[in-house]
Amino acid sequence: MAKKDERTVNYRDVNENPCNMCMPMGGILALKGIEKSMVIVHGSQGCSTYMRRHIAEHFNEPVDVGSSSLNEKGTVYGGEKNLRLAFDNIIKVYHPEVIGLVTTCLAETIGEDIERIASQYLLDRGLEGFPIITASTPGYGGSHFEGYFFTLKRVIMQLAQPTEKNNKINIIIPNMSPADIRELKRILAEMKIEYVLCPDFSDTLDRPFERPYTKMSDGGTKLSNIKEMGGGLATIQMGVTIDDNISPGKYLEEEFGVPLYNIPIPIGVENTDTFLNTLVKITSKAIPDNLKNERGRLLDGMIDSHKYNFSGRIAIFGEPEMVYAVTKTCLENGVFPAVIATGSQVGKLNELLVAALDDISENSDILIETDFAHILAASQQAKVNIAIGPSDGRYLTEKGEIPLIRLGFPIHDRVGGQRLLSVGYTGTMMLLDRITNTLLENKYKSYRSSMYEKFYKKA
Amino acid sequence: MADSNINTIAERDGFIVTKGKNKKQLQCSADSSAGCVSQRACVYCGARVVLNPITDAIHLVHGPIGCASYTWDIRGSLSSGAELYRNSFSTDLKERDVIFGGAQKLTDAIDSLLEKYQAKLIFVYSTCIVGVIGDDLEAICKAASQKHNIEVIPVESSGFIGNKSAGYRAAAEALLRLIKPTKSVAATKTNSINYLGDFNLAGEAWIIHNYLREMGVEINVTFTGDSDYEALKLAPKAKLNMIQCAGSMIYLAGKMEELYGIPYIQISFLGIEDTAASLRTIAAAMGDESMIRKTEELIARETARVEAIIKGYREKLAGKKAAIYVGGGFKAISLIKQFREIGIDVVMIGTQTGRQEEYDTINNLVDNGTVILDDANPAELEKFMMEKDANLLVGGVKERPLAYKLGMAFIDHNHDRKHPLSGFEGAVNFAEEVYSTVCSPVWKSLMNMDTQSGVKGDG
Repeated sequence: MAKKDERTVNYRDVNENPCNMCMPMGGILALKGIEKSMVIVHGSQGCSTYMRRHIAEHFNEPVDVGSSSLNEKGTVYGGEKNLRLAFDNIIKVYHPEVIGLVTTCLAETIGEDIERIASQYLLDRGLEGFPIITASTPGYGGSHFEGYFFTLKRVIMQLAQPTEKNNKINIIIPNMSPADIRELKRILAEMKIEYVLCPDFSDTLDRPFERPYTKMSDGGTKLSNIKEMGGGLATIQMGVTIDDNISPGKYLEEEFGVPLYNIPIPIGVENTDTFLNTLVKITSKAIPDNLKNERGRLLDGMIDSHKYNFSGRIAIFGEPEMVYAVTKTCLENGVFPAVIATGSQVGKLNELLVAALDDISENSDILIETDFAHILAASQQAKVNIAIGPSDGRYLTEKGEIPLIRLGFPIHDRVGGQRLLSVGYTGTMMLLDRITNTLLENKYKSYRSSMYEKFYKKA
Repeated sequence: MADSNINTIAERDGFIVTKGKNKKQLQCSADSSAGCVSQRACVYCGARVVLNPITDAIHLVHGPIGCASYTWDIRGSLSSGAELYRNSFSTDLKERDVIFGGAQKLTDAIDSLLEKYQAKLIFVYSTCIVGVIGDDLEAICKAASQKHNIEVIPVESSGFIGNKSAGYRAAAEALLRLIKPTKSVAATKTNSINYLGDFNLAGEAWIIHNYLREMGVEINVTFTGDSDYEALKLAPKAKLNMIQCAGSMIYLAGKMEELYGIPYIQISFLGIEDTAASLRTIAAAMGDESMIRKTEELIARETARVEAIIKGYREKLAGKKAAIYVGGGFKAISLIKQFREIGIDVVMIGTQTGRQEEYDTINNLVDNGTVILDDANPAELEKFMMEKDANLLVGGVKERPLAYKLGMAFIDHNHDRKHPLSGFEGAVNFAEEVYSTVCSPVWKSLMNMDTQSGVKGDG
């Protein structure tokens, strides 16, 4: 059972140590997955710099993002002049094939009409047809999670065109590691499925070392492929927690009649089965033996670990989609999700969790739109002994001595966030091993002394 | 395609000079140009950097969540006492607040925080939209201050009102309000020194305090590393101010001279040469023959101790070429000398917020042919590092992946660092860090790649 979070509106006066970032951050991440794209953040210089810093630290990649560098004048009289200069300079230095334009609190509060400014700019420069994707992403409008999906929806709204039916499945993914994206692509290749995966930042934010260095990386979803998403065979969207108004898959369904299969991130046996079964249902293709073997190995490993996992009382936090998939995986393995938390706004996560936790006898504490002070308090209350989520959860380790398994974004105090593999049967096994081994490490750390203290009495 | 064709941006011409080639004076202290991908952050960032190390203050960000989220405990300032400063508090403004105003929410936030935490001091940072929606920060802080009988100081740090330097100024204004003496303190001067512009990253201020103690110098308070409310309140009692990070502190020092008759000297503890010179300057200003003698003993002992170690590194590093891109001018100036100590010449040097007089000093120090640039962007850093054949870059988090992608060594000289770079201890750490990156075996693997002797099988 779950103690449902009934607080559906912003319920606190003050956020103590944020568990989320702001909308344009998500917008940048989504746009980084489009081939030869550059992003401009319409706002003051700091926004783009802070977000670049966070992204660069997680991916260990150069992250060049432009800013319209709004100053006092631009704030009072409008930022059009700045924004036009930003377009000029970005095009001159980077030669992008598409520009993503996201906004900030400041631009939205002063009422900037970015679509008009962008189209006027293209007209004046004789660049009609050059794609500038606009997305209004004020920092006060939601978290980076909503910003990601909303921007992705804007990408598809502005690029997808009425087109002939094709044989490709649209795969729309939430923020996940480049390693996860590559694993999804491997599974799709194993199944011999044609697809358009969007956004694909598996190369753009995790590139191989090469000489010479190029400012624009290879990879990313091709514009031509996004254009034909409206003709897709179906859409598989890993976005069960998002509201319809920011759902790219919903848009493709309503606008172009592309059937939508909204499924969880394939982490865990059931979720991965759902992914593969959906592929089978759409294409009638068979699941190849090596994927079946991977499933078998996962089951085998789950049995090997199940007794260790039984001791786990976990706090799961981060972006709603990841939180849901990890919760399901923990439930499959007997790790009790004692605290389930997100800093993002209420989508469908709350009701999904309540359903998932229905047959669990103990109450889980669900915290929506929360912060780390609340997560810590709830974790201590629930005697949590392990936590999983992005690096900021180190606060739980420092204040509550709860070991943290790093997962999601951002991971800024360890290397390798971009290489963490958690999806599919193989990824699930690797994730589960990280959970189990953390529990074991904790147990071995203290069991000799704790048993001694508990039982030993001098004769 | 190789990026050989670098399109430079016309607006940037004045901000880049090559010593010996250009007669023109370098431009600096201007707002960043839109679309130039400046590495600078914003006014809020500058203010937060300076004030955040005050350990027992509540640092409350009035604005949407992003600004607080991106600055939560990401800097390495250490405390010997309170830990309150390591939290990031935010009013987490939402759309509703932007429309109806955030004043009440701010008042409620302060009330809530003071219910939970004991504090004598709150800094309320304004962010971009607070300046636009017109919350009267001054009045709200005044009311809260009277209600709770503590100091609640507004920091005018809306992101768009200037660049990072404007944030230093906003922090200085806040500090001036804080240190304004009550009658009882004003009269009494002590024979002590204030240390301005050390944020106690990895304990750097503690290292300097130890030197001063050995010399017999009484330290009044450090701005702002490991400082607290009570100590800062006594700041006007000092006889002398010494400034290290002039970019952030020179305005404050000037005001303290004007208001409290405290003269200031500029010092730097980066590198052996500057550390020794600075200690001598302090001794001459503060003490008698005995203090000067103790200072010389300290310098002689420490120099002898570390020079032997550094000589070992110099033999391995001599002839290498360095590029520098850091936040402020003082750091850049000291780094030129510090690199000389280990036999390395500087071929490119720039800062985010260096001042004219600092650039003049830089120009005097570097060799002909060295590129000097203000408010550089990744494209320029790449271009000049490659042209000048640099072996390593000194910079911050955003610059690191660029250096690595270019196959270049890198020195972290940012606020995030976990090891001290100040004083004699720091000089050793610096040399060791340069050695660890320049002479790492990983570069050999890249050479194999270049000669195509690594992997074969392309057919």
